[in-house]
Amino acid sequence: MIHSLFLINASGDIFLEKHWKSVVSRSVCDYFFEAQERATEPENVPPVIPTPHHYLISVLRHHIYFVAVIQSEVPPLFVIEFLHRVVDTFQDYFGVCTEAAIKDNVVVVYELLEEMLDNGFPLATESNILKELIKPPTILRTMVNTITGSTNVGEQLPTGQLSVVPWRRTGVKYTNNEAYFDVVEEIDAIIDKSGSTITAEIQGVIDACVKLTGMPDLTLSFMNPRLLDDVSFHPCVRFKRWEAERILSFIPPDGNFRLLSYHVSSQNLVAIPVYVKHNITFREGSSQGRFDLTLGPKQTMGKAVESVLVSSQLPRGVLNANLNPSQGTYTFDPVTKLLTWDVGKINPQKLPSLKGTMSLQAGASKPDENPTINIQFKIQQMAISGLKVNRLDMYGEKYKPFKGIKYMTKAGKFQICPYNTPFTGFSLTVLTNQIHVFR
Amino acid sequence: MFSSHRHDDLKEMLDSNKDSLKLEAMKRIVAMIARGKNASDLFPAVVKNVACKNIEVKKLVYVYLVRYAEEQQDLALLSISTFQRGLKDPNQLIRASALRVLSSIRVTIIVPIMMLAIKEAASDMSPYVRKTAAHAIPKLYSLDPEQKDQLIEVIEKLLADKTTLVAGSVVMAFEEVCPERIDLIHKNYRKLCNLLIDVEEWGQVVIINMLTRYARTQFLNPNINEGGSGDKTFYGSDEDEDEDEEEKEKKPYVMDPDHRLLLRNTKPLLQSRNAAVVMAVAQLYFHLAPKAEVGVIAKALVRLLRSHSEVQYVVLQNVATMSIKRRGMFEPYLKSFYIRSTDPTQIKVLKLEVLTNLANETNISTILREFQTYIKSMDKDFVAATIQAIGRCATNISEVRDTCLNGLVQLLSNRDELVVAESVVVIKKLLQMQPEKHSDIIKHMAKLTDNIQVPMARASILWLIGEYCEHVPKIAPDVLRKMAKSFTNEEDIVKLQIINLAAKLYLTNSKQTKLLTQYVLNLAKYDQNYDIRDRARFIRQLIVPTEKSGALSKYAKKLFLALKPAPVLESPFKDRDHFQLGSLSHLLNAKAGGYQELPDWPEAAPDPSVRNVEVKESVRAVGTVTHRDTGALWGPQRMEGSESCSFPRAVPQRGVFLQTIAPSSALKSYELLHRITGEGLSVEYCFSRQPFSPDANMVAVQMQFTNSASSDTKNLHIEDVKLQSGMRVKEFPEIELLPAGETATAVMGIDFCDSTQAANFQLCTHTRKFFVSIQPPVGELMRPVFLTENEFKKEQGQLMGMNEITEKLTLDVKCRNEHAIVQRVTTAANLSRVPCGSDKECRFAGRTVTSGSLVLVTVATKEEGAAQLTVNCEKMVIGTMLVKDILQALTQ
Repeated sequence: MIHSLFLINASGDIFLEKHWKSVVSRSVCDYFFEAQERATEPENVPPVIPTPHHYLISVLRHHIYFVAVIQSEVPPLFVIEFLHRVVDTFQDYFGVCTEAAIKDNVVVVYELLEEMLDNGFPLATESNILKELIKPPTILRTMVNTITGSTNVGEQLPTGQLSVVPWRRTGVKYTNNEAYFDVVEEIDAIIDKSGSTITAEIQGVIDACVKLTGMPDLTLSFMNPRLLDDVSFHPCVRFKRWEAERILSFIPPDGNFRLLSYHVSSQNLVAIPVYVKHNITFREGSSQGRFDLTLGPKQTMGKAVESVLVSSQLPRGVLNANLNPSQGTYTFDPVTKLLTWDVGKINPQKLPSLKGTMSLQAGASKPDENPTINIQFKIQQMAISGLKVNRLDMYGEKYKPFKGIKYMTKAGKFQICPYNTPFTGFSLTVLTNQIHVFR
Repeated sequence: MFSSHRHDDLKEMLDSNKDSLKLEAMKRIVAMIARGKNASDLFPAVVKNVACKNIEVKKLVYVYLVRYAEEQQDLALLSISTFQRGLKDPNQLIRASALRVLSSIRVTIIVPIMMLAIKEAASDMSPYVRKTAAHAIPKLYSLDPEQKDQLIEVIEKLLADKTTLVAGSVVMAFEEVCPERIDLIHKNYRKLCNLLIDVEEWGQVVIINMLTRYARTQFLNPNINEGGSGDKTFYGSDEDEDEDEEEKEKKPYVMDPDHRLLLRNTKPLLQSRNAAVVMAVAQLYFHLAPKAEVGVIAKALVRLLRSHSEVQYVVLQNVATMSIKRRGMFEPYLKSFYIRSTDPTQIKVLKLEVLTNLANETNISTILREFQTYIKSMDKDFVAATIQAIGRCATNISEVRDTCLNGLVQLLSNRDELVVAESVVVIKKLLQMQPEKHSDIIKHMAKLTDNIQVPMARASILWLIGEYCEHVPKIAPDVLRKMAKSFTNEEDIVKLQIINLAAKLYLTNSKQTKLLTQYVLNLAKYDQNYDIRDRARFIRQLIVPTEKSGALSKYAKKLFLALKPAPVLESPFKDRDHFQLGSLSHLLNAKAGGYQELPDWPEAAPDPSVRNVEVKESVRAVGTVTHRDTGALWGPQRMEGSESCSFPRAVPQRGVFLQTIAPSSALKSYELLHRITGEGLSVEYCFSRQPFSPDANMVAVQMQFTNSASSDTKNLHIEDVKLQSGMRVKEFPEIELLPAGETATAVMGIDFCDSTQAANFQLCTHTRKFFVSIQPPVGELMRPVFLTENEFKKEQGQLMGMNEITEKLTLDVKCRNEHAIVQRVTTAANLSRVPCGSDKECRFAGRTVTSGSLVLVTVATKEEGAAQLTVNCEKMVIGTMLVKDILQALTQ
């Protein structure tokens, strides 16, 4: 399956290689560099690149390319999913997954990669098993290790491999038993200029942080499970129980994990928590353009809209922008033409606005008006779909755990598109008019 | 000189007695390996430490050894004995680890040792060691393919293994060593299907892909009756909804139960968090499921579009292929393929492909409107792709051809030249379909030659004018005149088209263009490019009649102005599904090494009895119980074979969380809907006596739906609930599809308000509604509670007088021992037994579900079957009814 792995940084240096079978020369990466050159943007490098003797399958995360070398038929998603799992593991171990972190912990990285694949086939990818085998480095442990000469390798053998609940390590003990669940929802939406919704979807996840002693068996039920249209589970969730009763029943892994991701059925109307009024115009023959943008809250159920960030790719002809924000700060990058405005919190009494002029290249033709606007925001203590956890129960252990549930809503891919629907142009009525013109 | 002393410090550290120094040295060496630096000269110093006591040193030595053993074969042999010793260790994990490293050392000389080790490990007690053996098989095979026959024997043995731990790994070995030996799968097929849900994710992918191929060789095409004699192109070409149109002289198709088993057991995995598993199930359904059932995969695939962009890339490629054959499946999710300005270009282009495939008469106007916004994008590659997509929509859907054409003509006045050029190219293709209707567009385009500079666009315009010069007889010569002027400055493809135009005009309108043509041909004759010079000579000979040219020039007109077929604008994903979906070969549209062809369905089904396995009944029952299936967590088969060993293993007692006391076999079921009144749909219900978790004040009613009709039932749900005041109902989640012959169960909750009044409602299917009602026996309105003897007496003391009802009775002959009494009472009412010191009395306790009032029952026995029944309950009505029910239970 996976033959070798190369890690390549943004400037094109191979800074780590690992082989699970015979060694493959790193010159195979030249094909990757060629493809990289052809691609205009880093994210446009094709994930699968055929070469005369191998296939390269890569993922890009945190500005690092993880390039796996394959020799024969294997489902591409298998490799891609595995590479992402590697990145997740690094992140879990080192807090961040950067070139520096990987280089600093190169031995741990190597030990991890060694355990994760055997002969190119995944062996142990569960974080709980890996942590039993190889302890994550902490500052304290590194210090102790340098003084005493002890190691990061667990003395224990991988008993988790033998367990019937391979995702949970055995012998877990805590003095404070806690289980926290974060319900985080993201709204993906395309809104047209007049404010009507073209598409809107809610995607949610429940991330858990469970620190419970022993082998707890948890059940989590919802007030309104019908909202969940499509779900995917952590392997610990008992599928049949969900099918029959819409209850999540599971023995949790120890620590942080994603219990559930879900999609809220699109039949339900999606509440849109912010609105944008914008008017970005250029006049023919003038070297100035007008910029006017106002934000306001809408359908927020009384909660504050926070961490608002507006960004827009202005047309290429724009040289500079001279704008005046009513609150927050804005930046305009004259090279990439990216305008970002860090708004902060929206105060419904005094709506934030950004107004001013843009200067254009002299003599350039009039650019397209009203570029697409992307918005990010957060709303605490609310799940926009209205999903509510009913209760969390624990069986199998005697103590009383501390339980907590937090809700949050974020913007996912939330964009305001420049035109009003229906557009002029391709509609059939227009067609007939034009036919007349032509005849 | 220098190199021989290189790493001397490391060698010294490795030779020292201190583990900490050795560790430090090994860490530095591993860091060198990681950076790709050569550390092979340290081999002798490192290999000495293979038996080091320190675990981390040992692990790092293994890492080193596996990396360099191939280059230093002789020295590597020194380490072998350590691993051989490890293979005999009493600890299973050490045995496994020794086998893992031994098999990873690629030294041909130890092949016999490896073979022996693998064989032994394959019959090890520990499933973990057997898993490692399965992993070792492909390693040995790649080292020495001659061992194949012996390895197949081992694979056969391991395939028979019943543990989930081994299943994925051995199928992987099977796929690498002997994928053609499909016969080895027969006996293990059902087991693999049943174990699947509990196998780890990566194993699931491999097993599902293998089973897809297996099913294609063993079962019949479930869609065989739909498209002529299974002719691919026929049913692939269009969505044919009129299935029952012609009843052929064919045996009705009946799905093999094993085929059904595979489909049923893989379906829940669509909910996996692992994209590779979801894709594997999706391709299985696409290749194996009856057309009506394939739809379920669309939702899961659309979900994957939320994932990382690499995942999106692969999923979209597969969706593009699927959407050609099964367009209807993705139509409801059209909006999920809308493009966002933040998508990378390669994702945008793939989404565009899917949108184009999904376009039909009903949604085309929405799609075109979407396309209209895309044209304004700043990503020019994407804009070009959009314009081509419009062209494809126009060719596929004749209703909108004119609309598209006009839209494209509008684009000709776009400021961006690239947009204009791409539009010209696409318009050219469209006009070729009906040129006579669109001479005005051709005129319009002729004018563009003054402005447009992109060579491809200029060439396209010139070709159009030449081809349809009869439709624009006045303009064409004028265009040629202008072109002749600028000929020398044109790009090569444009020059070639100018020559073409000249030739065509010469043939149709030689009076006006003879001189111009001569001029152009003369210019071309001295061009720098030899293609152009050649073309000019060739054309001159062909069109200008001379003595030499003879016969050919007579046919020149036929040669140049032959009717050319309109180009077919079709998806690059057409017919890609002859590759197994989700595979690397499918993605690249080329066969990758080691790709196993997806076989065509067999004409007649091979003998299904090959899959029969003779198993002892008890073993079989255990073998199919899996924890996710039942909620009873730990199927004993997981433990089977593992050593009764020293590892801590958490085995919670079932009783701790399965608090139900009533034996489930004693549940009485009632009929809700008879098969005849329900037109094939029959429904039974029972009171499951499980706590209804969404709402503790409700009684759980388990319903079993059986569809004995010949067609599927869809959208089973409840409507129009009519209740007495205070009562509440929690409906079961809608059952979307109940295929013919299948059964499904669902649980609903009813709060009866501690009364035996019926809950009336309508049970709806997609076609019909049935009035039904559920009336509970009084005994089901309570749930058991645990009381001690003292608590019981205390509570009983408080429920005297009006709240106590006593009846004397004579026990049924068969019901005179304690056991029988307990059973009959608990069957009649959902109560739990209260421990009791005297053997003359049986006590039971419970609480009503809604109000939580205590219900206490005492049966005191005397001589000759005489007995006294006492019920204490705050709710007198309940008490009275309960007495009646229990009396009946005990006396009959």
